[in-house]
Amino acid sequence: MAFTCTYQFDTAVYKGAVTFPTQLFINGEFVDPVNKGTIDLINPATCKAIARVSVGDREDIEVAAQAARTAFKEHWGLKVSGEARSKLLHKLADLVDANTDQIAALEALNVGKTFHAAKAIDLPTIGSLLRYYAGWADKIQGKSIQTTPDKIGFTRHEPIGVVGAIVPWNFPLSTLIMKLAPALACGNTIVAKPSEFTPLSALFLCTLIREAGFPPGVVNIVPGYGDTAGQAVGESMIIDKVAFTGSTLTGRKIMEAAARSNLKKISLELGGKSPSIIFDDADVDQAVKWAINGIFMNQGEICVAGSRIYVQAGIYDDFLQKFTESAQCLSVGDPFSPDTFQGPQISERQFERVMDYIKSGQAEGATLRLGGKRFGTEGYFIQPTVFTDCTPNMKIVQEEIFGPVAAIMKFSAEEEVIEQANNSTYGLACSVYTKDIDRAMRVASNIEAGTAWVNFSNWPDLGLPFGGFKQSGIGRDLGEYALENYTNIKAVHINIGIKI
Amino acid sequence: MAAKSIYTKLFGRALLSFSSRTLYHSSHTLSTMASLSAHILIRAANRELEIPTGLFINNEFVPSADSPNDLIHLVNPATEETICSVVAGSVKDIDIAVAAARKAFNTTWGKNVTGFERSKLLNKLADLMERDQDILAEVESLNNGKPFKIARDFDIGDSIQCLRYYAGWADKITGQTIEVDNKTKLAFTRHDPIGVCGQIIPWNYPINMWAWKVAPALACGCTIVMKPSELTPLTALMLSKLIAEAGFPPGVVNTIPSLGSVGGVALSTHMDVDKVAFTGSTVTGRKVMEAAAKSNLKKVSLELGGKSPQLVFESADLEQAANWACLGILYNTGQDCTAGSRLYVQDTIYDKFVSLLVSKAKELVIGDGFDEKSGGGPLVSKTQFDKVWRYIESGSAQGAKLALGGQKRPGKGFFVDPTIFTDINANMDIVRDEIFGPVLAVGRFKTEEEAISLANDTSYGLGAGLHSNDANQCMRVSSALEAGTVWINQYNLLNNNVPFGGKKQSGIGRELGSYALDEYTSVKAIHWNFGEKLDWPL
Repeated sequence: MAFTCTYQFDTAVYKGAVTFPTQLFINGEFVDPVNKGTIDLINPATCKAIARVSVGDREDIEVAAQAARTAFKEHWGLKVSGEARSKLLHKLADLVDANTDQIAALEALNVGKTFHAAKAIDLPTIGSLLRYYAGWADKIQGKSIQTTPDKIGFTRHEPIGVVGAIVPWNFPLSTLIMKLAPALACGNTIVAKPSEFTPLSALFLCTLIREAGFPPGVVNIVPGYGDTAGQAVGESMIIDKVAFTGSTLTGRKIMEAAARSNLKKISLELGGKSPSIIFDDADVDQAVKWAINGIFMNQGEICVAGSRIYVQAGIYDDFLQKFTESAQCLSVGDPFSPDTFQGPQISERQFERVMDYIKSGQAEGATLRLGGKRFGTEGYFIQPTVFTDCTPNMKIVQEEIFGPVAAIMKFSAEEEVIEQANNSTYGLACSVYTKDIDRAMRVASNIEAGTAWVNFSNWPDLGLPFGGFKQSGIGRDLGEYALENYTNIKAVHINIGIKI
Repeated sequence: MAAKSIYTKLFGRALLSFSSRTLYHSSHTLSTMASLSAHILIRAANRELEIPTGLFINNEFVPSADSPNDLIHLVNPATEETICSVVAGSVKDIDIAVAAARKAFNTTWGKNVTGFERSKLLNKLADLMERDQDILAEVESLNNGKPFKIARDFDIGDSIQCLRYYAGWADKITGQTIEVDNKTKLAFTRHDPIGVCGQIIPWNYPINMWAWKVAPALACGCTIVMKPSELTPLTALMLSKLIAEAGFPPGVVNTIPSLGSVGGVALSTHMDVDKVAFTGSTVTGRKVMEAAAKSNLKKVSLELGGKSPQLVFESADLEQAANWACLGILYNTGQDCTAGSRLYVQDTIYDKFVSLLVSKAKELVIGDGFDEKSGGGPLVSKTQFDKVWRYIESGSAQGAKLALGGQKRPGKGFFVDPTIFTDINANMDIVRDEIFGPVLAVGRFKTEEEAISLANDTSYGLGAGLHSNDANQCMRVSSALEAGTVWINQYNLLNNNVPFGGKKQSGIGRELGSYALDEYTSVKAIHWNFGEKLDWPL
């Protein structure tokens, strides 16, 4: 088995070698999995193997959880000051920044996203997340609560304990850091399971975690499959909380496993079928660009993708023409080419899934206005695809596709579009485009979603909470709100005079 | 002082002469036909009460839509006589109630009502509860068994305050505004009501738990389908009548007495219930969470079981510590999720403390709730009575020593006297399991570290108490105890403005205080662009 991965990049946008261990990272050491499992990672742009890395099983999750528990009790948890946690997170941010190009290259290679986007979006987000929560680490506050003159009441917001983080393949490192930064800031320890498809950036991070000086066991990283390692995180009796980002189907399984095992706390960031709503009075040129950004960013592999686009009748034709033209101009191809906007889908399975949705859209009577086919001859590329004449019950309108497929619908009245937009089991995000401030307020207020963007799209902000209404999730990541996901509240009542 | 009067009532120091054991009879004739009200005579107060017994949907009491002959027969646990019967709600009835709650949420409540108006209605409801405090307490005592005066002054007194406390929050639901980019973008959060809430409450504090579930949900703008325990639904039905009288729009609060396996399951699996708040056993809590996971991923908050430790250190005021320890395990006859059921005493004071504890526990009179001498009532049901006795027998069988109690009483009523075991070890069932009765396990420790380790050796984490006169020790130990509530030099007293809930397997989420508002709101982030132009392609 290979203990390290060395990859030589020789591309137009990045040249250099990246070397890092590919074993499991447990208790500050790189170790072999108990069952010696490995997985061959595939470059989705070429379908060729990139590297062979270790893959953890149930037993490895337990070993990692035990290391995290010991670290929680001995070096972290209530044993470390907020100031010290803050300093370590800042140090890790500096190390990530110093390795921006290497990490961006690994993300592009492993996920198929463009190097340009990884460098411009994923990496700055990671550094900022670490620094943002480093700032919170020494500001974990409870309340003192006035009760009676004979009593003092206050709350402590204590770390929960061992956090299991299960993160997806579309933003491998930034979703990991979205869990890791607030969890560590609050004093928890972590067992993270990156996706089996995209563990490279997380493995690269392990070296930086060690270099930053986190005590052994505070962060443990075990790449593995969902049905073994992921399920083990959900079922572990040692893990106190699981933070999950992924599909609604898997989110349910995690919640069920938590209910059946030790009632671990959960937070779930799940799927979406988010509406973009464009009113007649919107700036059409801007709305087109933002709507394109909404659905085609990151190959459409984004949980907040604005995949249902509702356009008011008065500007429908104009919007459709401009939108289709813009989508047609999107350059698809090599993620390491400077001009590429859209790379391949992550895997053969996802590629087939998206193609099946495209077929179902045609079979159910939607009009294919653009794309709909494989792009090129190798790799999992799909042409930017646009459907019109979509009706509410079509699968392409109801289900999350997670690919570059837009469904466009025409509407007349505000009430009608609100009803259609809310006709979904999901409630992750929405975008509304209008210059009428009253309408913007009404619509943003009435859409059932955890995030509403007014006159733009797909732009979470670190300071703002992010999460789902309805079946899009439970709990909130980001912002001050995320601290609630990683703290347990203890009410302390002190008697200073009551006698019985 | 509240604590003093609790203790006085528990241990029967302030005696007014009250009457005999047979304090009521029911004039309600049991029949197979569901009636929508029952007449009950409260002997102790010489008053006949008419109590609603139908399902409460859309501000009206109605029969079951599809199972008119299904009834729940209620028993007075002090006498084992039947009180009356109420309509048993079916799955269909839950559907109808949820539809009513959804309609109200979309039309008259939710975002259609101001916080000011919600506040006014909650205050009005509190006024009505205050007006009816005596009759509510009488029925609570009759159905649950707890002493009338404790029901009136503590359960209901506290519930009224809870409603007023959240009435004060109703017009203070605030989000944050968050600086993003002052030139082009503004962001803020809205804390929207979650929607329709299924509230499943237990039988140990029927009115109190009703208030904890109703007050914050209504303050935040949610609507409710309430499922009271099948053992104790009467006061929830009486309170429902007050909901209509207070002027809440139809459908805002709906009440469906039903078995857990019917109504509880229907609520937690329902596709149109947005949130379930449950108080009850850990076993059932798991099922609620699993059902939420399998259905529509409704949000859940769970307040579950406990096996809460109390630690008595050598510097403590032993008299006071013994009093609090008694209150901890004997209040509500031990039918309390925070019951301080494991007591660990420092070895240097162990013998002295245990004899003090036993002498004080002995003084509690457990009897009929309408008897002034009673500081505690019977257990709620035959099932609970049998369960508690199985634990007492297992304690003896597994080698613990009985320091008090252990004798079954003759005659009617599910009475269990204060029971104290010593010489325990960590593997005994009476040390590991929640008993939910007046049964205390007493152990000893040498050092503070040992005390903490014994206290935390449990899958539960609801409450914990420590008694010490060493300020540094109080801080160290309260920090190390794995529990959602830690009491220092006291026990079991809660405040409506202090959060309450469990760590570990004692639950998820927090009730009470400002913290409970998080359980009934959904956070929406609104990002507003007023100047950022997008260049395309990126």
